Amino acid sequence: MTIASQRGGTPLVEMRDMSVSFGGVHAVKDVSIDLYPGEILGLVGGNGAGKSTLVKTLSGAQKADSGEIYIDGEPVSINSPRDAKNLGIETIYQTLALAENQDAPSNMFLGRELMTRWGTLDDSSMEDAARKVMGRLNPKFQNFKVPVESLSGGQRQSVAIAKAVYFNARILIMDEPTAALGPAETDQVRQLMRQLKEEGIGIIMISHDIHDVFDLADRISVMLQGRLVGTVNKDDVTMDEVLAMIIIGKLPEEVTTKELEQLHG
Amino acid sequence: MSVVEAPPTQSDTLEPGPRRSLGSYLRDNEIDTRMVGMVVVLLAIWIVFHLLSGGTFITPRNLWNLSVQFSAIAIMATGMVLVIVSRNIDLSVGSMVGTVGMVMAVLQAEWLPPVLGAGNSWIWLISLIIGVVLGALIGAFQGSIVAYVGVPSFIVTLGGLLVWRGFAWLTASGRTIAPMDPTFQLLGGGSSGSLGETGSWIVGGVACVGIVALLLMGRRRRRKFGFRLRPAWLDVVLGVLGCAVVLGAVWVMNSYYLPENLAIRYAEEHGIPIPEGGLQIPLGIPYPVLILVGVTLVMSYVTNRLRFGRYVFSIGGNPEAASLAGIKTKRTIVRVFMTMGILVAVSAAVSIARLNAAVSGLGTLNELYVIAAAVIGGTSLSGGIGTIPGAILGALVMQSLQSGMVLIGVGAPVQDVVLGVTLVVAVAIDTIYRRRAAR
Ligand SMILES: Nc1ncnc2c1ncn2[C@@H]1O[C@H](COP(=O)(O)OP(=O)(O)O)[C@@H](O)[C@H]1O
Ligand SMILES: [Mg+2]
Repeated sequence: MTIASQRGGTPLVEMRDMSVSFGGVHAVKDVSIDLYPGEILGLVGGNGAGKSTLVKTLSGAQKADSGEIYIDGEPVSINSPRDAKNLGIETIYQTLALAENQDAPSNMFLGRELMTRWGTLDDSSMEDAARKVMGRLNPKFQNFKVPVESLSGGQRQSVAIAKAVYFNARILIMDEPTAALGPAETDQVRQLMRQLKEEGIGIIMISHDIHDVFDLADRISVMLQGRLVGTVNKDDVTMDEVLAMIIIGKLPEEVTTKELEQLHG
Repeated sequence: MSVVEAPPTQSDTLEPGPRRSLGSYLRDNEIDTRMVGMVVVLLAIWIVFHLLSGGTFITPRNLWNLSVQFSAIAIMATGMVLVIVSRNIDLSVGSMVGTVGMVMAVLQAEWLPPVLGAGNSWIWLISLIIGVVLGALIGAFQGSIVAYVGVPSFIVTLGGLLVWRGFAWLTASGRTIAPMDPTFQLLGGGSSGSLGETGSWIVGGVACVGIVALLLMGRRRRRKFGFRLRPAWLDVVLGVLGCAVVLGAVWVMNSYYLPENLAIRYAEEHGIPIPEGGLQIPLGIPYPVLILVGVTLVMSYVTNRLRFGRYVFSIGGNPEAASLAGIKTKRTIVRVFMTMGILVAVSAAVSIARLNAAVSGLGTLNELYVIAAAVIGGTSLSGGIGTIPGAILGALVMQSLQSGMVLIGVGAPVQDVVLGVTLVVAVAIDTIYRRRAAR
């Protein structure tokens, strides 16, 4: 059986029958996925398959037309990024979503600033906290007072991840986390993701890199043209079978040997 | 939560290169080199005009007048910084000065006296408060159209430029309204609208204590968190320099005396005997400058210390990131325009008080001077970058150029040419400087 078998316990996140359309375009249609604590779920699919739109409904950046979201088995309604953050959902967007003109601590605390007892911004405490978190994530990072636009791709990624770590994310959404990075920085992010997983955080990772997914994910959900093709356990499938799901939308038990061969043709 | 120590990557190292320039040294110690450059330019302008005018530029009389003239523009420029930083523009400020100034003038000259009794000592304050509320409402109205309807601010405020100029005329059917309430007149500077000698020294002294306290608090905070301290000598230099500028400015203001005939009248009214060689009554800091100092402190506090200010900069840096961070961007934009409206009202009060009259053309072209001051002061029209002190320096540079040209007898058309060229050159230098810094 290649369809991922239900794991024990209550899922951390359960999204049921999610649909989003833009005008007449069904970007996401009746998609259901779930995520367990300490699990990395790979979400894959071609360009425009609807991956980003689906996770945005979880991070509060996009309203769903229909569908239900359960956190720890409880139904929740997520109408804004703030709702999601209050539920322990942190998102690292494909575009990173950093205020380029501001420094790393300002970005980490954007929207959730530390304040002094006089109601003013406590920049020193924010810098201090940023230094402490970053000291664990990326000890070489020292540029705390420069605008993030002058940082490298890896450093910017560190800022985005540090934010999620500082605010004790339980659910981490990473949209193409390594797309903009060089090999060394990619390794660094992978190592970090494994560490976060160890700590019981559930991670939804969107990636176009099938190797990345096979390296990190426990289960893989595949989308094609807004629909869910299926969810499989990584250990039960081959890369070619996942490729077949991505490209022709057929599950491993449906796909023929001939079709698998044609993938490489 | 413990996280593995990730292996260091090469790109993350901050190489303290073997040879450091003075500029990067200052930047590492959180000193704005751009501001330093502007101060140098300003001093150069002053010295050149001083030489060209045969020694009449750097005199108490000229500097005192210069400070009064630039205040009205500088007050608004601090608000324009926030507007431009948030990726917007406000072309309506000059016309708003007209409408709000006219309303304040008509209130104190025609509408309030019959109700409250002529000479009522509340008239000036009520007029001022109504003006400020009106400014805030107009700003909030325009800001709401920008934020909630989504009409670009260029269009909304271009419309406002026409609308509020029209209202300025309609308020009093184009009449000139004069005179202003005697207390209100003090807001404009003039012979009695200044702080006097003792008051000015007290303000200067308080400012010095403030500067030293800020530097000491900064050191204490950094030490508490174990951050790298500025070298002590640099803090000492900054403190001494700051106090010297403040006390020097007070000294200059106190070296400008009440004109002879007014001094004699003042002496007669107060029963002071007139000494031989004439009476010298120092004017001290004019109230418009004092108002500007207050506005600067408040606006700096708002931009640097409050969430609102930080959000304005975030929106300017990346609007999408700001709203994904849960910031209420629309409400923030409305507040930006509202702040601008309040500052317009303050500036309009200073202007009608100084003129001792309001005309329907009040504030014409002010939008251009205000925007130019902000931009010369380093505010980037693409948003996200700008400082309050920079905008004030920008306004001072423009006023210095203009006053200097008047002093050496340059005609108005040439003045316009010089100011226009200055604006473009300033932005060109800035653009090149930023491009180099970005590499
Ligand atoms: N804000 C939007 N407005 C209109 N169409 C959108 C918007 N966001 C995404 N889409 C469309 O929805 C579809 C899915 O996009 P997306 O979720 O970004 O796919 P993926 O992340 O899998 O590449 C695409 O056809 C895309 O053009
Ligand atoms: Mg995407």
